[in-house]
Amino acid sequence: MMVRPHRRHPLWLAYMLHRLSGLALALFLPAHFYMLSLALTRPRQLDHFLSLADNPLVKLAEFGLVFLLAVHFFGGLRLLALEFLPWSPRQKSLAAGAVAGAFLISATFLLRAV
Amino acid sequence: MEVAVWRGSGDRGAYQTFSVPAHDNQTVLDVVSWIQQAVDPSLTYRYACRVGMCGSCAMMVNGQPRWTCRTHVKRVLADGRLQIGPLRNLPVIKDLVADMDPFFDKWVKAGGVHKPSRTREEPIQEVSPDDPGRVVANTAIECINCSVCYAACDTVAGNPDYLGPAALQRAWTLYNDVKVQDRQSVLDAVTGTGGCMNCHSQGSCTRFCPNELDPLSAIAGLKRAAARSFLKGRG
Repeated sequence: MMVRPHRRHPLWLAYMLHRLSGLALALFLPAHFYMLSLALTRPRQLDHFLSLADNPLVKLAEFGLVFLLAVHFFGGLRLLALEFLPWSPRQKSLAAGAVAGAFLISATFLLRAV
Repeated sequence: MEVAVWRGSGDRGAYQTFSVPAHDNQTVLDVVSWIQQAVDPSLTYRYACRVGMCGSCAMMVNGQPRWTCRTHVKRVLADGRLQIGPLRNLPVIKDLVADMDPFFDKWVKAGGVHKPSRTREEPIQEVSPDDPGRVVANTAIECINCSVCYAACDTVAGNPDYLGPAALQRAWTLYNDVKVQDRQSVLDAVTGTGGCMNCHSQGSCTRFCPNELDPLSAIAGLKRAAARSFLKGRG
């Protein structure tokens, strides 16, 4: 996909990612609720579907779903912070540094566990 | 170098390519001026100060809005080519000249005119430079009305009623100005249809502002003020 020149910057890409993940989740949710409702209305059909869910392709799609959820969740937090926390550039740098530091430390523990 | 320049008026037109001699020190405005002076005197464009103060020479350069008098060709040249067009989101008068009327009309609509709270008989109000409101207001007063943010904004492109980053930033300046007494009216002017709530926080305004101002944060400030006003029951 060709991104037009005036859109080539992180904030616009973050906006688009938030928008697309939101749309994708909106498409997923009705199907999700429909499947859940089968537990009450047609349990046998639900069992049949759940056996399909063992398919590796479905497992892969689940990763996509978790990715969409994570992206949309953090995108929403980003917007809330952007609009409701009037931080100075220095405070933003400190916050980003704190997140990066926490990530570094937790990744070190993760590597030791692996 | 090959320079494609938009020619035409209104909705009609096409890019015309010129070969322009490249120099070490050359701004995009120099390139446009060279074409007009050496090749085609009928090329229409707008400029005044040439030093980034007047805000009249903004154009689309390789698809991005820029102040052409302070944009060096070397920094924007892509494969020896340059594409120069009139500002986006505004009607074209001719060639590189955009009609700025919608931009300034919205500036007025957003309450950009200062309404004094004292008469000339009263003593001049003292404003401390350290006053927190003044500090916030100061961040945006270097706006030169070049309309680069307006051209960069996709929300403006999608909604003709949207006031746009510059006008909203002006309203945020007034909202924080200690000399402005009726802040609620400032807020009322920018929270209706086409107001600050239309902003999608894409941030192109802040990304492209040639004076490195931050309309995105100003609009966020208006949204916060509007939310606070709503929660206090002032509508």
